[in-house]
Amino acid sequence: MNTSVSTAARLLGAGLRALLVLTLITGVLYPLAVTGVAQALFPGKADGSQVEAGGRVVGSSLIGQAYNLPLKKGQETPEADLKWFQGRPANGLGTNSVNTRYELILSGATNRSAGNEELFGWVKAAKAAVVRDNSVPDHPVDPDEVPADAVTSSASGLDPDISPRYARLQAHRVADRNGLTAAQVNRLVDAHTEGRTLGFIGEPRVNVLELNIALRELAAKH
Amino acid sequence: MGPVTAGVLQLLALMGALALAYLPLGTYLARVYSSDRHWRVERWIYRCVGADPDTGMRWPAYLRGVLAFSAAGVLFLYLLQRLQGVLPLSLGFRAIDPDQAFNTAASFVTNTNWQSYYGEQAMGHVVQTAGLAVQNFVSAAVGIAVAVALVRGFARSRTGELGNFWSDLVRGITRVLVPLAVVAAVVLVACGVIQNLSGIHEVGQFTGGSQQWNGGAVASQEAIKELGTNGGGYFNANSAHPFENPTPFTNLFEIFLILLIPVALTRTFGVMVGSVRQGYAILATMATIWLAFTALMMWTEFAHRGAALELAGGAMEGKETRFGVAGSSIFAVATTLTSTGAVDSFHSSFTGLGGGITMLGMMLGEIAPGGVGSGLYGMLIMAVIAVFIAGLMVGRTPEYLGKKLGTREIKLAACYILVTPTLVLVFTALAMALPTPAGSMTNSGAHGFSEILYAYTSGANNNGSAFAGLDADTQWFNTTIGLAMLLGRFLPMVFVLALAGSLAGQRPVPATAGTLRTEQPLFAGLLVGAILIITGLTYFPALALGPLAEGLAA
Repeated sequence: MNTSVSTAARLLGAGLRALLVLTLITGVLYPLAVTGVAQALFPGKADGSQVEAGGRVVGSSLIGQAYNLPLKKGQETPEADLKWFQGRPANGLGTNSVNTRYELILSGATNRSAGNEELFGWVKAAKAAVVRDNSVPDHPVDPDEVPADAVTSSASGLDPDISPRYARLQAHRVADRNGLTAAQVNRLVDAHTEGRTLGFIGEPRVNVLELNIALRELAAKH
Repeated sequence: MGPVTAGVLQLLALMGALALAYLPLGTYLARVYSSDRHWRVERWIYRCVGADPDTGMRWPAYLRGVLAFSAAGVLFLYLLQRLQGVLPLSLGFRAIDPDQAFNTAASFVTNTNWQSYYGEQAMGHVVQTAGLAVQNFVSAAVGIAVAVALVRGFARSRTGELGNFWSDLVRGITRVLVPLAVVAAVVLVACGVIQNLSGIHEVGQFTGGSQQWNGGAVASQEAIKELGTNGGGYFNANSAHPFENPTPFTNLFEIFLILLIPVALTRTFGVMVGSVRQGYAILATMATIWLAFTALMMWTEFAHRGAALELAGGAMEGKETRFGVAGSSIFAVATTLTSTGAVDSFHSSFTGLGGGITMLGMMLGEIAPGGVGSGLYGMLIMAVIAVFIAGLMVGRTPEYLGKKLGTREIKLAACYILVTPTLVLVFTALAMALPTPAGSMTNSGAHGFSEILYAYTSGANNNGSAFAGLDADTQWFNTTIGLAMLLGRFLPMVFVLALAGSLAGQRPVPATAGTLRTEQPLFAGLLVGAILIITGLTYFPALALGPLAEGLAA
């Protein structure tokens, strides 16, 4: 009995020593080396692809953000600022429940199933809102024109992109609100549409932050 | 070009890349585990451990090494989380609660990476890089070591020795995982994955104000997370988070990393048993299942059945614009047919049948191509079963790779395939029968049942993905899923190593005209059939209550 206990202890000791040495290699040296290379070669990307406009940082080209009006008194959910292109819904996005002295964004999806009634309600409401918000007097939006990405929440809640179809659908409204012509805004959308990588990887997309930055510049010139 | 065509081209590109890496990597791996030379850094590690890397171990000694090392891993990771509140470089994050710390420690040591916590609000730099990411390396290396030991069991005769665990463990890290991970991490940073050690900081926003961001060593962790088929995300959204997976290219690259080692190991197997064609037969079996699953997944996701998806006009709920339906489908199948569990889209919002495909992938035992190491040994166990069934049909003593499969061998293989179904079905039944666990469901009806079935399937098979609507941070789920992960990882390893020991001790049987030709397509077909029938029959009732009911109702 005693020998088997001491054998077990000896083995566990060897296991711990192995773990500590391997922690030094894979948990200290490896991440530090990669950080060193990353910061030397791609400092901008390693720090989150931050975008500057008008002399200040306005976010990351990779992280989607909300383009809302400031909260009014008594309001709980802010209203969309329709002057700007809107991103996808993010019903799965959360705020932190531990370490609450920070205000962290909790990435995530809704995890509602295809047959879930709450999800059905969200999609229905989002579709109605997209149709309502984007219909301008001489350009009513047909519900069938609304693409799927406009009414569904992304996986991360931080999707920086929308489909080119959703961007074009918003063009008339955006033009209206910024005193521009639809043609001008459509040209902007085309210039910011990124096709599939090498022609077949991923899906065509428009980065909403970059599009809105360009829009603000264009509107300021007029 | 339509999205379906683009998806098929992505699939072809992926297969091309894997094919290019197959020969060099598979052969290199065989050399790594056969060489008797040690690198200087390895000698230094062996001295620290106090182990002689040249001692051959019989299976009980090999197993003791695996268990002792893994137990040390659970202990260390548990303590690291419990002490987080006082550790430096932890962003001031508080300690993890005991039940969640146990669950997470079990999860990362077993190569599962089930996460009942939100990475961005719970885990500071030290726990992420020196705790979780370390297990991403070492749990993968342990998996490969056990697979190599089984292969040696087939390759060797009249010896009980399976090699040296410490040497297999260390080489897997120094010669395979670290070099590959460094390259992969740099590629990921070049595409936009973050890699810094900054704390929580403010970043301005377009409409004014600011948001708070986490920094972190994300690229270095992301690389080994995929390469070691681990799957534990730095952020809650895992590989859907733009800082983990920023572009369509990184998405395809991460899928490639997931499949790279499991696929190449079939070549390693072929080289080590002295017939690369045996490796091709195993690879063909894996590829057949993987392709069929991917095709089915693309079909059901593009068809987007289900009320909410039909109203939306596409299955984009829980999917990112840049990946689209095709990129998400390929990822979902790759992650559940291996023991990865990383996600670039949320499986709970897939179509009913799509969710069922992810579950069935795990239920097959994750062997097409499976986790690093665990995929190969799982598939070889199924090959043993298939040879046995074929032997029964023709009335001959079954033999595989020149080894007789007698009562002892078949008993061990049978025990292996019984472990995970028992864990999954018993725990699911318990959770459904008790009043409290059901309160964790987000969805009701068939999908709610699927959330719980998925959780235990994922845990016991060491996958780690989830129908993430389930609130799994409860004492019940943290404890039972923790146990399912530990038993689902180490019990099968006991049977694999015992089998390896008994094979290695045998004298080889010369092949005769009556020997089943296991390198032929006929055998690959038989193997596919055995896998689908055995698993299908085991899980069919449970699947019928969950995803099948949901998919057919849509």
